[in-house]
Amino acid sequence: MIRKVRSHPSQNEALLFERSSPGKRAWQLPELDVPAVDAAEALGAANVRAEIPGFPEVSEVEAIRHFTRLSTWNYAIDYGMYPLGSCTMKYNPRINELVARIEGLAWAHPYQPESLAQGAMEVMARLEAALAEITGMDAVTLQPSAGAQGELTGILLIRALLEHRGNPRRKILIPDSAHGTNPATAAIAGYVVENVKSTDTGVLDLEALARAADPDVAALMVTNPNTLGVFEENIVQAAEILHAKGAMLYMDGANMNALVGIARPGDFGVDVMHLNLHKTFSTPHGGGGPGAGPVAVKKALEPFLPTPRLKRVRGKWAWDFKRKRSIGRVRAFYGNFGVLVRALAYILAHGGPGLRNATVDAVLNAVYIRKQLEPYFDLPYPAPNMHEVVFSDERQAKLGVRTGDLAKRLIDYGFHPYTVSFPLIVHGALMIEPTETEGKLEIDQFIEAMISIAKEVETDPEMVKSAPHSTRTSRVDEVAAARKPVLRWKPA
Amino acid sequence: MYPENFRYTKEHEWVLVEGGIGTIGITDHAQQELGDIVYVDLPKPGTRVEQGRSLGSVESVKAVSDIYSPVSGDVAEINPVLADAPEKLNEDPHGAAWLVKIKLSAPGELPDLMSAADYLHYIGAEK
Amino acid sequence: MRYLPKSDSERRQMLDACGVESAEDLFAHLPEAVRLRRPLDLAPGISEYEIVDYFRERAAENANGYASFLGAGVYRHYRPVLVDTVVSRGEFLTSYTPYQAEISQGTLTTIFEFQTMICQLTGMDVANASMYDGSTAVPEAAMMAARVTGRHRALAARSVHPEYREVLRTYALHQGMPVEEFGYLPDSGAINLEDLERKIDDRTAAVIVQSPNFFGVIDQVKAAAEIAHRHGALLIVVFTEAVSLGILEPPAGADIVAGELQSFAISPSYGGPYAGILATREKFVRQMPGRLVGQTVDTHGNRAFCLTLSTREQHIRREKATSNICTNQALIALMATVFMTVYGKAGLRELALQNTAKAHYLAGKLTPAFSGKFFNEFVVRCGNPEAVNKALLKKKIVGGLPLGRFYPELADSMLVCATEMTRRAEMDALDQALRAPAAVEREELA
Repeated sequence: MIRKVRSHPSQNEALLFERSSPGKRAWQLPELDVPAVDAAEALGAANVRAEIPGFPEVSEVEAIRHFTRLSTWNYAIDYGMYPLGSCTMKYNPRINELVARIEGLAWAHPYQPESLAQGAMEVMARLEAALAEITGMDAVTLQPSAGAQGELTGILLIRALLEHRGNPRRKILIPDSAHGTNPATAAIAGYVVENVKSTDTGVLDLEALARAADPDVAALMVTNPNTLGVFEENIVQAAEILHAKGAMLYMDGANMNALVGIARPGDFGVDVMHLNLHKTFSTPHGGGGPGAGPVAVKKALEPFLPTPRLKRVRGKWAWDFKRKRSIGRVRAFYGNFGVLVRALAYILAHGGPGLRNATVDAVLNAVYIRKQLEPYFDLPYPAPNMHEVVFSDERQAKLGVRTGDLAKRLIDYGFHPYTVSFPLIVHGALMIEPTETEGKLEIDQFIEAMISIAKEVETDPEMVKSAPHSTRTSRVDEVAAARKPVLRWKPA
Repeated sequence: MYPENFRYTKEHEWVLVEGGIGTIGITDHAQQELGDIVYVDLPKPGTRVEQGRSLGSVESVKAVSDIYSPVSGDVAEINPVLADAPEKLNEDPHGAAWLVKIKLSAPGELPDLMSAADYLHYIGAEK
Repeated sequence: MRYLPKSDSERRQMLDACGVESAEDLFAHLPEAVRLRRPLDLAPGISEYEIVDYFRERAAENANGYASFLGAGVYRHYRPVLVDTVVSRGEFLTSYTPYQAEISQGTLTTIFEFQTMICQLTGMDVANASMYDGSTAVPEAAMMAARVTGRHRALAARSVHPEYREVLRTYALHQGMPVEEFGYLPDSGAINLEDLERKIDDRTAAVIVQSPNFFGVIDQVKAAAEIAHRHGALLIVVFTEAVSLGILEPPAGADIVAGELQSFAISPSYGGPYAGILATREKFVRQMPGRLVGQTVDTHGNRAFCLTLSTREQHIRREKATSNICTNQALIALMATVFMTVYGKAGLRELALQNTAKAHYLAGKLTPAFSGKFFNEFVVRCGNPEAVNKALLKKKIVGGLPLGRFYPELADSMLVCATEMTRRAEMDALDQALRAPAAVEREELA
């Protein structure tokens, strides 16, 4: 009988530094074709460092095994559904990865002469045009690196226009259902945040808005559909109220996956908005980034867009740096070009009709989930939902089980949790967004899992509260991590 | 549970006045709502504080709560224990885990605050 | 459509379960005024093969097969094959932010390793899980210095990357943070310490210098630290060429290091996506923006990692957050992590030495304009850099960056860079072309 003496390292992967030893290597450089230099002579003795203490030294095989093993500890879209509300975790098409790596695009230097960058500039111009058409806006900047940076850009644009008109104003209105980046952004842009309450059906309260919209208000930041997945039915009137007071309507485009091809923000009164290419336009999350947050604006805001902008000069693309009213740069160079390539590839694959079909499927999936789960979970806001649905843990909370526990138990069924405890206007929220790239099989399994958990809460709440039970790592001690932070490895 | 000689605020702070000094803390109700406390952010001695204004904050893993001063005055002392052991605030919020001592500038403010009985009623009502 | 997994019969079943006749009914509740009642004006979808063709054609319209001497914040370095192998794994590529620690240990562990390596490289105590890029790490560092010191002015050296300074100005304007600049010395190319001493005062929150600076010169970081600290300000040190840390002393006296990791196997990709880093001293950790991964244990006592100190961040503090940042460049940081693993302690040093050797060979032929010691790029005077570059293009060489657009006083100069990828033959060709300006101009007119 063969007995395993100890488990294989793949079950318990050590850190790189713990596997290092001097002399192991995974690199080889070509021989120098120029004379070698003495570091101290060339760089100045005082500038030369000692070796980098603790830096890893492993072989190529160990390197590939280390990262491969670690990767198996992750959940991913390639494994199964992420029902995360407002994250739009859709399939990341692999063709996008291939085209982003084509040499002429991947090795393009941002300072190479414009005559030798026409291909890159054409890609950006085409994406700008497509996003303008999708959003119903007049001009697009691709510079912002992420949604939050796009938001900041958008608010800075509003400030610049209002300043140009004589008064930048002091306040920004934000619904109490908003994502945390919204008030953080407003504060960084130098505005004071005022909260606007929602109605008891979960949408913008027009009366509250009308009361709050005084001459000191620069803008209202709104998400549409809102964070409940519900379309803001009063959006046109809200825009009118704001415009009458000389204020602007900013839209957080996080939930665009419900609108593409169905409704365009530019048509319902939005002045400026940002998009999340890593949500609606399928670019990969990669464990937390990169993303891209293009900003689309109406004509009045165009002069203030970040510099540079693409323009056509004698039949070729050129960068226009001479923009007197521009807010300046929000980052070096032109934007996350590699992400822009992936988003354009996505748009080309779907095409106009295809993008609309995707939206329809996204909404169908979410409404279907709502219908199946309504008998088991409390639905605090019964208005029709679009691409996502928000339940509350009220029923389960009576038995001592909260949304966070339900989410952890969902892991045992092979799914990533939904968004927990957000939006804040729902106590104990369960925010679920399937996206269009989930099929009926996967969704039915998800529904089955959620119903099974609802039943488990009644028969064995303690088991649900101590989930997950099937993962390699069980619940981690977040309290200890925060009390005594250990943020790097140190040698013993 | 809630000492009779403390005065309480709607934001769940307490103050104990002795001589011209007010010792401030957060209530047991507050620490329960916050969960495991991981960090306490307190002002430096000498800082001027005002009744109703934030003088610092208390953090759990997932939330931050401002601490609103029940009284006005200057910070005389801060509790040295909390820097290394913020969990004391969960264990003994009314005793060893006091937050700051304030040299009062406006003793007339005290009647604005709630008695223990009023506070109990208030948190019962909140539930 | 191949990305939509439902068959028509499944759609029908689901519509029935929803109690609606057609998919259009799902949108019936929207106000008519908002509805788009025409198709989107975009071409129909195309096949995988046509998508590849489209982008290949665009790539062909960019520079291909040219030697390049461009640096200036974006550098050509070999990308070890292992980098794309690792980041192409679906578990890394298609995973989400690691909020659920139990099923994200892959991402969390690699970020912890990343944070550690950045500390080792920069000599700082703590590093975050990355910023968008080097250029945005600078204003984040400046705002952090403002929080720490309670002061509101920043002083940036003119030898910090010009586009980084532009970004700083955009952000600082709205934080009520005036940004002033101090100059560099025309002979050495290093910062003008006297100018710094003149301009710093007790309202200065941060002094910002870059080393190697935009001109490639290894700058006076220790001296800048002394001046900054004497006035109660923090010193922020910026780097754009991460490979330099393989051989150069990490910034002594820095309170915050803000840098760009593009050199670590991140494709130049016409300007992004890249990954910035922010590293600092232990005592400032609660003022740091961005994600942080910390070590802890699970219920069985096994080591595990999780996101921590989240209360600094936007999703909890909302308007009082240390920043509005909601992302870290996880996948890009992972590329850098794999790069640092492949090269390791000895390899990174050797790589840096090769860069030094190549650039110093080139400098031996071209004569740098500044006398300061440099790493792998330097400034060269050449009369009319735009004309020189035009002629070089005919030889399939992309010359250095003409500096006139950023520094009017250096309109006769260009910034050239040589890395381990630059071949001797290419450097000899550049030398030839620059030696014969008359020949260059004649070619121009021809």
